[in-house]
Amino acid sequence: MASSTILFRVPNTYTYTALSFSSSVSNAIPCRSFRLPISNRRRIFTVQSKIREIFMPALSSTMTEGKIVSWIKSEGDVLSKGESVVVVESDKADMDVETFYDGILAAIVVGDGETAPVGAPIGLLAESEAEIAEAKAKASSSSSSPAAPPPAQAAEPVVVSSSPPPPPSPPASDGPRKIVATPHAKKLAKQQKIDINSVVGTGPFGRITPEDVEKKAGIAPKPKAVPSPAAATAAPSAAAKPAAAPLPEIPGASVVPFTTMQAAVSKNMVESLSVPTFRVGYPVTTDALDKLFEKVKPKGVTMTALLAKAAAMALVQHPVVNATCKDGKSFTYNSNINIAVAVAINGGLITPVLQDADKLDLYLLSQKWKELVEKARAKQLQPHEYNSGTFTLSNLGMFGVDRFDAILPPGQGAIMAVGASKPTVLTGADGFFTVKRKMLVNVTADHRIIYGADLAAFLQTFANVIENPDSLTL
Amino acid sequence: MSLSIASTSSSSIIKSSHFNESSSSSLSPSKPLNLRFCGLRREAFGFTSLKQCSNRISLSSRFHSKTKISASLSDNGTTPKSFDYDLVIIGAGVGGHGAALHAVEKGLKTAIIEGDVVGGTCVNRGCVPSKALLAVSGRMRELQSEHHLKALGLQVSAAGYDRQGVADHANNLASKIRSNLTNSMKALGVDILTGVGTILGPQKVKYWKAGSPGTTITAKDIIIATGSVPFVPKGIEVDGKTVITSDHALKLEFVPDWIVIVGSGYIGLEFSDVYTALGSEVTFVEALDQLMPGFDPEISKLAQRVLINPRKIDYHTGVFASKITPAKNGKPVTIELIDAKTKEPKDTLEVDAALIATGRAPFTKDLGLENINVVTQRGFVPVDERMRVIDADGKLVPHIYCIGDANGKMMLAHAASAQGISVVEQVTGRDHVVNHLSIPAACFTHPEISMVGLTEPQAREKAEKEGFEISVAKTSFKANTKALAENEGEGLAKLIYRPDNGEILGVHIFGLHAADLIHEASNAIALGTRIQDIKFAVHAHPTLSEVLDELFKAAKVGALVSSSVHEPVAA
Repeated sequence: MASSTILFRVPNTYTYTALSFSSSVSNAIPCRSFRLPISNRRRIFTVQSKIREIFMPALSSTMTEGKIVSWIKSEGDVLSKGESVVVVESDKADMDVETFYDGILAAIVVGDGETAPVGAPIGLLAESEAEIAEAKAKASSSSSSPAAPPPAQAAEPVVVSSSPPPPPSPPASDGPRKIVATPHAKKLAKQQKIDINSVVGTGPFGRITPEDVEKKAGIAPKPKAVPSPAAATAAPSAAAKPAAAPLPEIPGASVVPFTTMQAAVSKNMVESLSVPTFRVGYPVTTDALDKLFEKVKPKGVTMTALLAKAAAMALVQHPVVNATCKDGKSFTYNSNINIAVAVAINGGLITPVLQDADKLDLYLLSQKWKELVEKARAKQLQPHEYNSGTFTLSNLGMFGVDRFDAILPPGQGAIMAVGASKPTVLTGADGFFTVKRKMLVNVTADHRIIYGADLAAFLQTFANVIENPDSLTL
Repeated sequence: MSLSIASTSSSSIIKSSHFNESSSSSLSPSKPLNLRFCGLRREAFGFTSLKQCSNRISLSSRFHSKTKISASLSDNGTTPKSFDYDLVIIGAGVGGHGAALHAVEKGLKTAIIEGDVVGGTCVNRGCVPSKALLAVSGRMRELQSEHHLKALGLQVSAAGYDRQGVADHANNLASKIRSNLTNSMKALGVDILTGVGTILGPQKVKYWKAGSPGTTITAKDIIIATGSVPFVPKGIEVDGKTVITSDHALKLEFVPDWIVIVGSGYIGLEFSDVYTALGSEVTFVEALDQLMPGFDPEISKLAQRVLINPRKIDYHTGVFASKITPAKNGKPVTIELIDAKTKEPKDTLEVDAALIATGRAPFTKDLGLENINVVTQRGFVPVDERMRVIDADGKLVPHIYCIGDANGKMMLAHAASAQGISVVEQVTGRDHVVNHLSIPAACFTHPEISMVGLTEPQAREKAEKEGFEISVAKTSFKANTKALAENEGEGLAKLIYRPDNGEILGVHIFGLHAADLIHEASNAIALGTRIQDIKFAVHAHPTLSEVLDELFKAAKVGALVSSSVHEPVAA
């Protein structure tokens, strides 16, 4: 068992706190060794001699727990004696912790930014590759130990593609190609534990870009912090535009600054101008739906829930309408169908989201909607309850509006504007006139990813669901 | 009288020894002047004082019989007919500028020859425009650091930049500083002679332009301050577009997606800071086994953790870029790497651009060194510790000095200036030797790195050789209130000193505003201040300077060493 103890050496390299007058700081001894005591407590798992625990070292006499600032090495890295492995922040300072053994860092038990008590295992060192799997298994079983749970190594994928477009086939011509990956792509691949060789490069000259790695890892690419040249050139042209002549002031006008919510609406609306949108309208007869509504109304079902459910069911069949174009280069297919519904509240506009609207039944959906509206009124909506929508529904039918045009919110592919359902004289296929209740829906969509035929097909499906609404209650 | 006479006089006294042996033989010995008074001239020999200095002139009464001060002439002094100028400086960079200003202050009739633009590398293609880019990159970095902003409670929507705007800022700054420099010299009456300066003999210089014979002038003393140009190793084809040097990079004509930086010294490091902040990915190619080889190892280790590892940067160490081909015909820039020791091929990189930051080579072209029997060593003009030029036979060349990058002693703008001032001190009769160990250096990354004196390995080597003990004290920015208020606690200050007598051997700082903090240490070294004295100096609270305060207080100087106040050195 003794072999399972690792000696750690804290080199005299790091940021000692200024106030400490400790002689260890100023003396000329280059290193102090921290020998970690063999823990007396019973091990949670039997440690074979080939796998060693890396403990949280005691870096000062007052230290009871330490925070992992960062692991210098990643899982799978080969360590040699004397190499710095991890940076630990004690109550006083950050210090490098070195290993006294050669081996492979098999598992990180306590991740970056987490805290562990002195003496708790923070990682496992395997002597050879053969032990890595074993060590990993132990690492996962040890997560129930007092030490902090293992970190989610991979960042939570924000959006996972449900039906990713087929990756472009690699150039098959020139045999085994040299892998070229950018520095950030390599770092990302390591973080995400992705074999860089398995990533298909789509960058210039076929190189693997960070975006390629993110795609492989199923991470929605973050909007690039740095603007593309387009944005860069946009700036001067905007500046060059002569400032609009100041509007004449009308006496007696009062200026009321935006509330936070109104400012957010304003920002989103302006942002929408960068998306090329188009609109497709469709008439839907609602006699059957109205009949159904009369039936289920006493059970607490609202028209909003019915429409959301219908839209969700149609979206299941047309995933592209539920997709997003994030970077102007790709489709992001959302795996969930989250219907955001625009609601006017206290002079603002908010879009509570019915998550997984395709999966919840009508009654649950109605219940959920009621909760959301109450929360919205109380300003208690959590961010995920208003910004996770993948498709938006806006209904002005209750005001008698027959048709209108909605602005596409940023981050979504389409928004549906629903008008009032009104008795209308219709000519049937057989030439007879009938009076039916007709409602006009108008969908605004991002034409970069959703084309006219896509919307038309979606609307057809939607109309079918509304006109044959029995499936809504299933 | 000669310089050697002057140099033996006490430090606060000079003799007006502006004449060479032959001309001085006919002169009666001049009386000593106090060094603090400048611009004294004996009218009998055609001297006039400098107008600019006249308000600072006062004479001890015993001079009155022999001297007369005239403030009526605005000229910067005249010399005996045998010389056109007291001092001619070849090269109007920061070194030449510093020397010229000091020469005027000392009453020398001064000319400066510049074949390119006033300001030299630093102002036009170096420190100055790069600071403009780094100012932008620092802000971009802050605005992009969501984590950092969040910790401060700030909300900023996506930060963006306009490349041309950034480039213009750098260019405007360089122009402004250049015109400031030019005006300061013109205002003081320094003659700016445009053309290439060629030394024809010990006291004779020609300045000329291509296609014209040029003008020959004579000077009592000559300072070579021709500086340096980017060094490009062989095998590397610089096209100025995709394979560039710092000269091109500072124009920021494009921001590549992926750039290789060959060399991880000051220049490479600063550009990596700029490029990554503007969205590029960077790959370093370093010939030595470690990145940032010039820095104290501990500092470079920490710097690597902060400036390299978390950024979009990777690196190849222990390799040479043996061949670099610019992008053309739809092909990327290719870089062939060979092992620095075995010379075996290691790898080939395909990137969008390559910046060659492998150092700088002295610029001595057309200088006419052959006319004074001087042979460069690795391109540098050989000089002694007083910047006096040494000829091929190892003898001093009279009246010729070389300062700055061209002598290679310490390739920093402010070192060149210090050397220039030192030379002027010498030619005006006061011996002076620059203490290069007191000259600070800084790298303006975010956060900054700065240093003065010896690194820890250098200090240990010296200590072993000379048989004394050294100690190291360190403080962290983590414990500094101001740094924490800025949420910039990452950083380290390190002091290397002699515990037996409290002498400061070196100070290295990595952290917020390190470049501004180093001067307390460099001044202490320059003035010979010991730790036991400086530790009682008071620092305003809360300031970053307390990092150094703590550093000095953390040092343990032997109990037997008594505090002593050193006489300030007259300047």
